[in-house]
Amino acid sequence: MISELLINAFLVTIMLSIAIALIKTRTVIFTVILTSAYSLVAALMFITLDAVDVAFTEASVGAGISTILFLAAMAYLPKKEEESISSEFIPALSCIILGGILIWCSFDLPEIGKLTAPIHQHIVPEYIRGSKEDIGIPNIVTSVLASYRGYDTFGETIVVFTAGVAVLGLLEKKNSTKKNKSQPKQKISKNA
Amino acid sequence: MHNNPILRISTKILFAPIILFGLYVQFHGDFGPGGGFQAGVIVASAFILYSLVFGIEAGKKLFPPNVNLILLALGGIIYGGVGIVSMILGDEFLAYNILGSSPQSGQHIGILLVEFGVGLTVSNVMIALFNAFASYDKIKEK
Repeated sequence: MISELLINAFLVTIMLSIAIALIKTRTVIFTVILTSAYSLVAALMFITLDAVDVAFTEASVGAGISTILFLAAMAYLPKKEEESISSEFIPALSCIILGGILIWCSFDLPEIGKLTAPIHQHIVPEYIRGSKEDIGIPNIVTSVLASYRGYDTFGETIVVFTAGVAVLGLLEKKNSTKKNKSQPKQKISKNA
Repeated sequence: MHNNPILRISTKILFAPIILFGLYVQFHGDFGPGGGFQAGVIVASAFILYSLVFGIEAGKKLFPPNVNLILLALGGIIYGGVGIVSMILGDEFLAYNILGSSPQSGQHIGILLVEFGVGLTVSNVMIALFNAFASYDKIKEK
């Protein structure tokens, strides 16, 4: 129990310091690297909550591939972020108020892992039973993700597909307009 | 980066094990943590690593962009196709029980195919995004 508390305190401290460093830094590459580090610590956090699948996703997607994509996109950004001119008082105040409300609400949450919590009473017993007997898969997360909630995962896949196609479309369109612009110029120069 | 021997050789050594690990995560998702999303990202990272070290053109030669786009769509089609096959066989959309001889084996086949579709789409979207960002600059310069 005490070791769990120590680990959680350690992780939260690292997360907080990364978050503060993220606010302070104005260099884009540091922002990208710190975001990646934050994702890794979040992945560790998910492991302490016994959510291994989520931790795996956070580590591979949050810390891995999105960092690479950020770095690839970073090439088109200025190296330094500009200092903000507007006052930081109102954003800070709204963050503190919202954070306070969330912390206040968290006192009403049931204890983590408590069996009598509403979320463990509703449909979860059926999933735990059905995953073994009806589906025959030891990993309940997979059976919920792919079978019980197959529609949702289908939607997720289509979202990934659509997002990918949309970004490709945006970049391709710019590329082709650039090409089209350069072609007439060549023709003119040949005529001249 | 292209001439650094340490990077070149370690990429060559790592490339196959990364894909192998991706396949393990993909098809072992029924028994341990993992599944299509994570596996897709891991497989994509192998190709992106290759493109980073050997250059985007070499990466495109290894994995042609038109194949990439076809596979990108194929993942979603596999997922939806499993649902439609289960409908044709006389059950509901994405009800896997009917796909196998017993409900359990049907579920196994369905989940395996569906996860494969997810992995295919995710990995190819990631590779396509990286290629789009990485080659955008070159065309802009021309």
